[in-house]
Amino acid sequence: MDKFTVHTGTAVPLRRSNVDTDQIIPAVYLKRVTRTGFEDGLFNAWRTNEPDFVLNQPQYQGATILVAGPDFGTGSSREHAVWALMDYGFKAVISPRFADIFRGNSLKAGLLTVVLDEKVVQRLWDDIEQDPSTEVTVDLLERQVRWSGEVHGFELDDYTRWRLLEGLDDIGLTLRHADEVEAYEASRKPWLPRIAV
Amino acid sequence: MGKTLAEKLWDSHVVHSAAGEPDLLFIDMHLIHEVTSPQAFEGLRLAGRPVHRPDLTLATEDHNTPTDYTLPLAGTASIKDDVSRMQIETLRKNCAEFGVRLYPMGDAEQGIVHVIGPQLGITQPGMTIVCGDSHTSTHGAFGALAFGIGTSQVEHVLATQTLPMDRPKTMAVTVNGELPEGVTPKDVILAVIAKTGTGGGQGYMVEYRGSTFEQMSMEGRMTVCNMSIEWGARAGMIAPDETTFDYLKGRDHAPKGAEWDAAVEYWTSLRTDDGAEFDAEVTLDASTLTPFVTWGTNPGQGAPLGATVPDPSDFADESDRVAAEKALAYMGLQAGTPLRDIKVDTVFVGSCTNGRIEDLRAAAKIIDGRKVADGVRMLVVPGSVRVRKQAEQEGLDAIFTAAGAEWRQAGCSMCLGMNPDQLAPGERSASTSNRNFEGRQGKGGRTHLVSPLVAAATAVSGHLASPADL
Repeated sequence: MDKFTVHTGTAVPLRRSNVDTDQIIPAVYLKRVTRTGFEDGLFNAWRTNEPDFVLNQPQYQGATILVAGPDFGTGSSREHAVWALMDYGFKAVISPRFADIFRGNSLKAGLLTVVLDEKVVQRLWDDIEQDPSTEVTVDLLERQVRWSGEVHGFELDDYTRWRLLEGLDDIGLTLRHADEVEAYEASRKPWLPRIAV
Repeated sequence: MGKTLAEKLWDSHVVHSAAGEPDLLFIDMHLIHEVTSPQAFEGLRLAGRPVHRPDLTLATEDHNTPTDYTLPLAGTASIKDDVSRMQIETLRKNCAEFGVRLYPMGDAEQGIVHVIGPQLGITQPGMTIVCGDSHTSTHGAFGALAFGIGTSQVEHVLATQTLPMDRPKTMAVTVNGELPEGVTPKDVILAVIAKTGTGGGQGYMVEYRGSTFEQMSMEGRMTVCNMSIEWGARAGMIAPDETTFDYLKGRDHAPKGAEWDAAVEYWTSLRTDDGAEFDAEVTLDASTLTPFVTWGTNPGQGAPLGATVPDPSDFADESDRVAAEKALAYMGLQAGTPLRDIKVDTVFVGSCTNGRIEDLRAAAKIIDGRKVADGVRMLVVPGSVRVRKQAEQEGLDAIFTAAGAEWRQAGCSMCLGMNPDQLAPGERSASTSNRNFEGRQGKGGRTHLVSPLVAAATAVSGHLASPADL
């Protein structure tokens, strides 16, 4: 997993609340056997059926920060929702409130989900819509979001922040205990089954 | 204070423990199938990681495999569905690339993942066993700590052979007494679920205790532990005893010689200490049990076969009432109808719940010399190729086919709508499987969960019935 320290990019205003994971990526994409390439499934229904949908607007192409309404990521626990956002190119999602499972999945996978006050999100939406080239900085070192002279702190627990700064996924964390795993392996009962490959 | 069996199993697998973090558990065996593993292997590939312990990893094909092919078999041409075929082909490619042993369709050891582990002697007391499948709790019947995991966790186990987990609480389900004639382990677990509700075991590692379980065969214990997840339990287990040791002795992967003696000595210590305390307890009296069937759309919506379809307005709890109304509408049932009057189109004997040799013997004994009722389709699907061959040696296949039932190849089959064995919309089944969810056996299909004995009697009479009714 890539390290996340400070990211600066343009942003997309998604003025919708209660965006569930079925909207983020429809169930039909869950049949795939791959881990990448889910960008075509991202918000597929909206991108297909709504010509004006923000991601269809040329001024937001290349944006790396999604700014969404409250209760983003509700519904099914599918990890594909996080993969689709990352595959599309998003590095961070800002919302006044995230669904628990989605937030957990995102922070484990390295997609930074930032909670900002609803009024701040409103101002950010207004500013991006007025000037889509507005550069937004998500700074995990300082735990701040900055744009056009605005500076807003956000909360993230020390442990999660450290993992993201170091780029450690769950597997990476476990591998730090490789010596303990090795010691355990040496102590296992001799009769335990082993599969001949 | 002593320890419970679950605590002993947990503690003996902790690799790393620190305050405020989940325990890191070592995994003794990781079972794999085609549905939940593709993205896990892909994750390894993207990160450039190998499989840490291929020798503690075993793969098979079961969920997507058709059951009507003719052996011997090569390739995947018999799989008509593109997604199913792709999942199988991906598993084969991944196992070859990462050096994981695979028992593919057509192999003498292929079968449902939870059937092949025990029959090969891979499932042993004292082990931790995981698989990307919620019915992994089956293996707890041997006194192992076994539970289902998600795809990210599959990747984690492949990469490290460990899993970070918060320790669940412990619960005892105690059932004492002899089971009345015609009452099977399936009826016991259905009765437990009806008593506790589908969420009653949430957050618990459950130990099934008491003379009823002690008198059960290993097959019966597996049926009970298999359905632990259907009432929300993280894992289900039964302390190992002579029955366990007798089942294991001589199997392919069982310890041999001096190691066998050492293993049995260790396994004998795997029981809940006197004075150990459980966080919760449930008790049932075996003598009060009768054949049990489900009438609704979750495994907790069950009743004795002699009862009637319940009236939703009799439920005191509002959400139970709404759920019952919804279930009756989906199932096409009227409150007050005797359960015995419910006619079925299909009878399915098989699955990781009831697809082992003892289950097939039980069903065959009832079917022997009788005929499947007109208009009823009966599928008998062995849980593994070994089970199939043994049944054929015993002549069970001939009994089933003489009665008009279909004798199939091994696989998950009609337990879930992922392969060609499915119910048509509106069709009704009596099924020895584990889930009666809406659409589980095919879109619009209606499922009544039953024991192998009730399944066989139902096939003969055309409506829900027990052998005593014939």
